[in-house]
Amino acid sequence: MELTLWTYEGPPHVGAMRIATSMEGVHYVLHAPQGDTYADLLFTMIERRGLRPPVTYTTFQARDLGGDTAELVQRSIRQAVERFQPEALLVGESCTAELIQDQPGALAAGMNLGVPMVNLELPAYSKKENWGAAETFYQLVRTLLKPQLPAPGTPKPSPSRWRDQGRRPRVNLLGPSLLGFRCRDDVLEITRLLAEHGIDVSVVAPLGARPADLERIPTADANVCLYPEVAGPVCSWLERSFGTPVVRTVPIGIGATATFLRELHGVLDLALPAELQEVEGQPSEAERRSRLPWYSKSVDSTYLTGKRVFIFADATHAIAAARIASRELGFQVVGLGSYSREQAREVRAAAAELGLEALITDDYLVVEKAMAEAAAELVLGTQMERHSAKRLGLPCAVISAPLHVQDVPARYSPQMGWEGANVIFDSWVHPLMMGLEEHLIGMFRHDFEFVDGHRSHLGDGAPAAASGADQEGSTATATVPTPAPATTATTGPAPGTTTAGAAVREALESLWTADGEAELAKIPFFVRGKVRKNTEAFARERGLERIDAEALYDAKAHFSR
Amino acid sequence: MEAPYLAIPSMGVSAPPVQPPTGAIPGAGPSDILKESGQREVFCGLTSIVWLHRRMPDAFFLVVGSRTCAHLIQSAAGVMIFAEPRFGTAILGERDLAGLADANEELDRLVKDLLERRPEIRTLFLVGSCPSEVIKLDLAKAAERLNTQLVGRVRVLNYSGSGIETTFTQGEDNALLAMLPLLPSSDEEQLLIVGTLADAVEDRFRLIFERLGITTVRSLPPRRSTDLPPVGKGTRVLLAQPFLSATARALQHRGATLLSAPYPFGVEGSRDWMAAAAHAFGVPDDRFNAVLDPLVERGRRALEPHREVLAGKRLFLLPDSQMEIPLARFLSRECGMELVEVGTPYLDRQLMAADLALLPPATQLSEGQDVDLQLERVRAARPDLVLCGLGLANPLEAEGIATKWSIELVFSPIHGCDQAGELAELFARPLRRRAVLQLS
Repeated sequence: MELTLWTYEGPPHVGAMRIATSMEGVHYVLHAPQGDTYADLLFTMIERRGLRPPVTYTTFQARDLGGDTAELVQRSIRQAVERFQPEALLVGESCTAELIQDQPGALAAGMNLGVPMVNLELPAYSKKENWGAAETFYQLVRTLLKPQLPAPGTPKPSPSRWRDQGRRPRVNLLGPSLLGFRCRDDVLEITRLLAEHGIDVSVVAPLGARPADLERIPTADANVCLYPEVAGPVCSWLERSFGTPVVRTVPIGIGATATFLRELHGVLDLALPAELQEVEGQPSEAERRSRLPWYSKSVDSTYLTGKRVFIFADATHAIAAARIASRELGFQVVGLGSYSREQAREVRAAAAELGLEALITDDYLVVEKAMAEAAAELVLGTQMERHSAKRLGLPCAVISAPLHVQDVPARYSPQMGWEGANVIFDSWVHPLMMGLEEHLIGMFRHDFEFVDGHRSHLGDGAPAAASGADQEGSTATATVPTPAPATTATTGPAPGTTTAGAAVREALESLWTADGEAELAKIPFFVRGKVRKNTEAFARERGLERIDAEALYDAKAHFSR
Repeated sequence: MEAPYLAIPSMGVSAPPVQPPTGAIPGAGPSDILKESGQREVFCGLTSIVWLHRRMPDAFFLVVGSRTCAHLIQSAAGVMIFAEPRFGTAILGERDLAGLADANEELDRLVKDLLERRPEIRTLFLVGSCPSEVIKLDLAKAAERLNTQLVGRVRVLNYSGSGIETTFTQGEDNALLAMLPLLPSSDEEQLLIVGTLADAVEDRFRLIFERLGITTVRSLPPRRSTDLPPVGKGTRVLLAQPFLSATARALQHRGATLLSAPYPFGVEGSRDWMAAAAHAFGVPDDRFNAVLDPLVERGRRALEPHREVLAGKRLFLLPDSQMEIPLARFLSRECGMELVEVGTPYLDRQLMAADLALLPPATQLSEGQDVDLQLERVRAARPDLVLCGLGLANPLEAEGIATKWSIELVFSPIHGCDQAGELAELFARPLRRRAVLQLS
């Protein structure tokens, strides 16, 4: 038994719903009680879908339990097949139905439905949403491709067979799904990128695919595993069973996109264009196609150097973000973690490269604590981290699911490929203060406009955020508008900063001398909280008995390394 | 074998909670009711935690359930604005399923940890879910056990919010029912308002009752979970919400009198609701009119611009919160809307009697749901506005049918004469928006 307040992932049957809803012509009969239909709103509200998810819920009640729930399952299946006439049917159960053991999949198998049927067994008490999505995608592909399985001993198809067949090489893009992060735009971006290199996209799945499309998967020369969380198992199975090579580099960021293209050219036995060869003094394709390399080199970005960034996301986006942050933007990664236990090994390896220990957890309070302790200046995370960052007064950009409606933008905003790198530059740098801005603030900091109270151009929100950072452990109600009354007594201090924390806080405050406070007051309000915190940390570390102006400057020197 | 399962007090309640008395409905009302059973696009009772925890900030709601339960509450709440919300889920793992003894120990450990971290909590609700009910995890016994351990510090109660037994707002009914045994007995004359109200609305009602000369007014649930009202022969119960069947009957068993009135939505409903109390407390008519007339007049003025938008428009209400019948009454009588179909998850004729009597003759009522069939009726009728849940709103909009999400109605202050304009505005806004947009 484990206490959860907010969760990163839903149960595994929600993962199955993501596959069914991403596709066309697939229907999912879910043996589930009333209430489980809540999952529909994830798609209709967060993704603003104009169609109901293709899911039929059996909606059993307590009074059905004494009777024949199996009959209810069969009736629901029959009606769903009749009404929706799916090209493939998924049959499974949610957590409660798993306990009553009606085995809906086995019931469906005995019904002669006339459509391919996948019996989904997704253990709700040990697995979660991404696992459920990956398992469903794998089982569906496996079921549909069973008739095509090559006999044992059949030689692997050559990845360069396209040449003999007198056509362009073609690949499948596997893994994009609804409720994934920016999948819609990533597919478009990667399709364009591949087209420029003379490579066709054969099947995109599950997003937008029909069951018949999945049957064409083996005709591609290679599979691109765009989202390992969803497509990892199916790509491995296709490699084992059909001998189709897999491109596993996820093209997020400049370096990864170039590596991806090189890997793909290698796999398909395509000649590597000059722009993708690492030749000194020659313009690279990245520099020609993306603005990130130049924007990052331009002088304004000098101010990004060493910005302390904390990253927590699904494994794919966390690993990519760490690489981009450290190598392509010159940030210092001070924390890296993921809720994807299935890919924990990869995240640990990426963290080790940066001299960090990866945080693998699905407790968002642990993440918030780590974020605060790392003294981050920028948070890259999920919508959970956005809330935590807001409480801590830190700028944040969302880089991964779980997401909220605002993370599904109307505009084209991929994460992958050259344009994805542009989008990433903008969305990670904008929450920060830009170089030119910092420069001006440094120049004018003593002018009266920077005295407290002159904040009009920042709106009413900014001072609240700044004071949030100033008073560590302050409650969410101070910074976040709450929709209705009776919310005030809600948020006790975060764990670890309870009454003991308040006492420490008070003790530290009493250390400040008058001239120390006066010097602190000269610092612009929006960085004052950080300076105060750093100085107090410095004082504590050195065991100082008071914090005067000199101590403040000592601390400043210490932290300016 | 069934005994411990049945020992859970809330188990007496299932959907529909009470067999409705048969017989003709007073007044007009519907002659034939469409009863359907099939797929329901409705939340389970756990969802009511979202407003209950705001009403009682010193209470914590601990769902004993699965990851699905946690995900449901988080998705229904929509936003996660609290560092540590006053509700959470004890997620059952495979080990808990294997041995119930372990599950009980685990629950005790988890509650202990939770209360250490949250010393401000005075009442802990253990909330049963579908999985906990199916594995027969006896939360009543767990509450009893924890109560002895925590005596004097925290009171532990339990109820079921499971989807196999409760529909959406019925969760509140069960939560209040669980609090009832703690209510002291007193025959003191008092008006007891039952059902969660926004604090501001409650204050307003108290003020108006005071002007009428009804001075002892108490609320269930109270603002502080420990501040429980007494109940007894002098108690007159006015239901503020239409989904509290079991609580209402249990209060009657404690000697209270249930006042029959329409629910306080709209000017007419709110006036009649207050009139029921005034009548019970012997408030003279002239005093009642002197207090209420200005409010009624002002409320009607506030309604007027929205009535202009809504009058003559055809409304289809899908079953969701149990508020459908009183809302239909308000929207047809005070806003001039035509009712195509009024759906309700279940029909408690006694609790709905006053509102049913005010519905136009031959209003099509439906009870329960088979969502695919109901949507076919929606498409065939092409109403101007559909009241429905979040799972259906965008799909209907995409088909060109305007919708109003129903969940807003349980979170917004919509009760009373003063809120009648706002309530009508919630329904007029989608139509006004359609009129404003020029996109093609």
